[in-house]
Amino acid sequence: MAAQSDTIPDKTSYVVRFAGDSGDGIQLQGQQFTIASALGGHDLATLPDFPAEIRAPTGTRYGVSAFQIQFGGDRITTPGDAPDVLIAFNPAALVVNLPHLQDGATIITDENAYTTQRLKRADLDDNPLENGSLDRFTVHAVPISDLTQEAVKAHGLGTKDSLRCKNFWALGLMLWLFDQPRDATRQWISIKFARDEQVRSANLAALDAGHAYGETMELAHQVHQHPTPQAPLADVEYRTLTGAEALSLGLVAAGELADIGLLFCSYPITPASSVLHHLAGLEDAGVATFQAEDEIAAVCAAIGASYGGKLGLTSSSGPGIALKTEAIGLAVAAELPLVVVNSQRAGPSTGMPTKTEQSDLYQAVYGRNGDTPIPVIASRSPADCFDVAIEAVRIALRHMTPVILLTDGYIANASELWALPDYEQYAAIDHHQPDPDAAGDVFERDPATHARVWAHPGLPGFVYRVGGIEKDLHSGNISYDPANHQAMTDLRRAKVESVADFIPDQRIDNGVDHGLAVVAWGSTYGTVAQAVREALNEGLNVGHVHIRHINPLPRNLGGLLAGYDRVLVPELNDGQMATLLRDKLLVEVTQLNKVTGQPLTVSEVKAEIQRLAPRNIREATNE
Amino acid sequence: MSELTFKDFETDQEVRWCPGCGDYSILKAVQRTLAANGARPENTVFVSGIGCSSRLPYYVETYGFHTIHGRAPAIATGVKLANPDADVWVITGDGDGLSIGGNHLIHALRRNVDLNILLFNNEIYGLTKGQYSPTSRIGTTSPSTPHGSFDAPVHPGLLALGAGAGFIARAVDIDQKGLPQILTDANEYDGAAFVEILQNCIVYNKDVFDDVVNKKTAADTQIHVVNGEPLIYGKNRDRGLRLNPATLRLESVVLGENGISEADILVHDETNTTIAQLLLNMSAPLPTAMGVIHRLPRPAFDRAFWQHKPTERRAKVLDLLRHGNMLDRRTA
Repeated sequence: MAAQSDTIPDKTSYVVRFAGDSGDGIQLQGQQFTIASALGGHDLATLPDFPAEIRAPTGTRYGVSAFQIQFGGDRITTPGDAPDVLIAFNPAALVVNLPHLQDGATIITDENAYTTQRLKRADLDDNPLENGSLDRFTVHAVPISDLTQEAVKAHGLGTKDSLRCKNFWALGLMLWLFDQPRDATRQWISIKFARDEQVRSANLAALDAGHAYGETMELAHQVHQHPTPQAPLADVEYRTLTGAEALSLGLVAAGELADIGLLFCSYPITPASSVLHHLAGLEDAGVATFQAEDEIAAVCAAIGASYGGKLGLTSSSGPGIALKTEAIGLAVAAELPLVVVNSQRAGPSTGMPTKTEQSDLYQAVYGRNGDTPIPVIASRSPADCFDVAIEAVRIALRHMTPVILLTDGYIANASELWALPDYEQYAAIDHHQPDPDAAGDVFERDPATHARVWAHPGLPGFVYRVGGIEKDLHSGNISYDPANHQAMTDLRRAKVESVADFIPDQRIDNGVDHGLAVVAWGSTYGTVAQAVREALNEGLNVGHVHIRHINPLPRNLGGLLAGYDRVLVPELNDGQMATLLRDKLLVEVTQLNKVTGQPLTVSEVKAEIQRLAPRNIREATNE
Repeated sequence: MSELTFKDFETDQEVRWCPGCGDYSILKAVQRTLAANGARPENTVFVSGIGCSSRLPYYVETYGFHTIHGRAPAIATGVKLANPDADVWVITGDGDGLSIGGNHLIHALRRNVDLNILLFNNEIYGLTKGQYSPTSRIGTTSPSTPHGSFDAPVHPGLLALGAGAGFIARAVDIDQKGLPQILTDANEYDGAAFVEILQNCIVYNKDVFDDVVNKKTAADTQIHVVNGEPLIYGKNRDRGLRLNPATLRLESVVLGENGISEADILVHDETNTTIAQLLLNMSAPLPTAMGVIHRLPRPAFDRAFWQHKPTERRAKVLDLLRHGNMLDRRTA
């Protein structure tokens, strides 16, 4: 069945991309639009896409910051492949984002920004608004700067401060265009600028003026308002949150569920720092944060905390995890619980800190000296970070082991609509701290989990020594005995393997159990889910298998995949999950790899599914 | 609770340092100090890095964590933050604490985490068989410096002072009288206490401190500083340290000679960082300073750390879950 081409923009969801200088307040604009969309009853997914430069020289191509959102009446799982509307604040923001647009897309841009000087700043020889290069698109060149200054004139700001209101002017226009509520933004402005009445009232005026301008555009038949249908949401409470927020909340909740104090030790690194920011100041929720002198000290302090009786947590990105690696081995040797969060970014070395990638899978699963197995789990979306954080803590405490939780820059910064979970349904998290009045052997291990007793200073009945030198299986004392090292290695392997006894069977997220399996992990979830949905609608035999537990893999995964003719593994690296599956399951897989610093698009995944998946003609082939 | 003797702080593990190693006497002084101060094994933690000195936790009947090279101050910081009631000791050496782990030492000291940091300085890498260390003197020949080292050593005490340490002391490994007192003072200090212990590696750097610690000459080559008392030393206690106001240097003078009296001698003030610097900087022909060189009360990091105790934790979590822009689709 050939796909029908959509000629009428009659859509239940839209993709909007905001772009401008990194100092233009683009991310703020996107966040406010996100909140408005959520409050308007829409499902959504966002993609912040910002440069490494904090305040790059204005008008340059490399300084362009962007924020993309898909919102609407469907269940939305991706920020969208191609924007329906691009709002560009200057020539550089226009030209660097043109490759994202399909023919017929709408561009709204600040006409006042197309001066000779600013065109030159964007490396443009002539004005794209006049040279016909945008003929494929519908362009609305609006004098946003002039209109903003006009709107805020009454509030007495200087030119520079007046122009800083233009993000809210443009936001007002976009809120009008999609008939989204303004209340939350008005409230945000009122709180944010409560101390400066001039700025507060000017921004509110800009927001309203942008909104009103939309109506005049409509009157002139330039654009029409696109009221967006409500999403099919459940009768529960929703909120928006980013992956970093969800992860932080999950860790806090896990500490509460385990009734264990948390010590989160971290060193600033992009894109992981936001977890530290969210957790800082939450002592009264049972988590303290410690900003260490370096990555090594951060993980070491976390390990010290776990030795001391609280649960140590640390968080970083690939380069920082590399620095922590030796200490993670110590936690394995000492059989201490620890959660290590890796917000992956493009590598190698410093790589591209603000760009997303899934290329630390080898590092997590294989990347230590010695035979040093560690459970590895991955979150698949911003909101999923909540449950995955709880799961990471649960595994660490159940088995007395470090756990690596993989997320990435995209998940950390992106937000989605989250149906508030029923917290009462979350089971308490068990751990192995002994009765304070008891006495015993700390190296007596639970036969099911291989966890030792989690004794800590302060308990008179369990005084013990432990360290990174190979220790005697029973006493913990230093041991170079050959048979003991074998026994300890066997124990460490058995412990991680035993995690599989406690995790759910791998299920098929969507689709069929034969034909083509699309096996994915981490942040590609939304994209693969959408691509598979569309492929199923086209009558293809395809199933989406999304892996949360990476090490160990669910025990039924091999059997599950054996039911398919082919396995496609799309991932944002050069083939790391593909290697793992071949290694662990001896399964032949087809790779789909992308390392551009950008998420996979639905069309990229779908094209590969269309190439590989058989049509749903089982009956026909039986004749 | 019953009173414990130093024997109660011995473990069943065979001590495996080289016969004659200075570490034996340090271990004994540590065990004596714990017993004398009424320490409880369950409330005491020894954290070490890697090196000969770092084996010590296995030999002390308390909680102990033998960790990885250079990281003991960072791990001990985590232990102390998680368990503020514990008495936490860090055992490190010149390679462990000043080379691979220098950064953590600096930051533990400047933060003033309540740790007792004992740096066993033997000016050599022992466990890796004798390479020169960051405290080795220029010209030290070793397997890695066959023609003698030519890079300048780091000064442990001055590094600690520069890092903002509030407690700096120096002692000799075999001094069974002075060392326990210094360890007691270090333990009582509310913050990071840094103790440099001159330790004799009899295999790879034998008698490297002989010019300072030799019993025959020690009275003239060491000065045991006491807060509030004039800096007097010598076999006959007739020598003193005078500050020359013209050069801003200390000079050794003889009491009774050239009309010099006790009134001319500098009085030790533990809280004075300038005096600390002068004392730490002394080398022959001036005596080497022993004892508590610097002690300046400052707020301990771990005390400031726990300002908020978890209260109504579940309610707080439920509150955080709803902290955001809520969209309520519940039917009334």
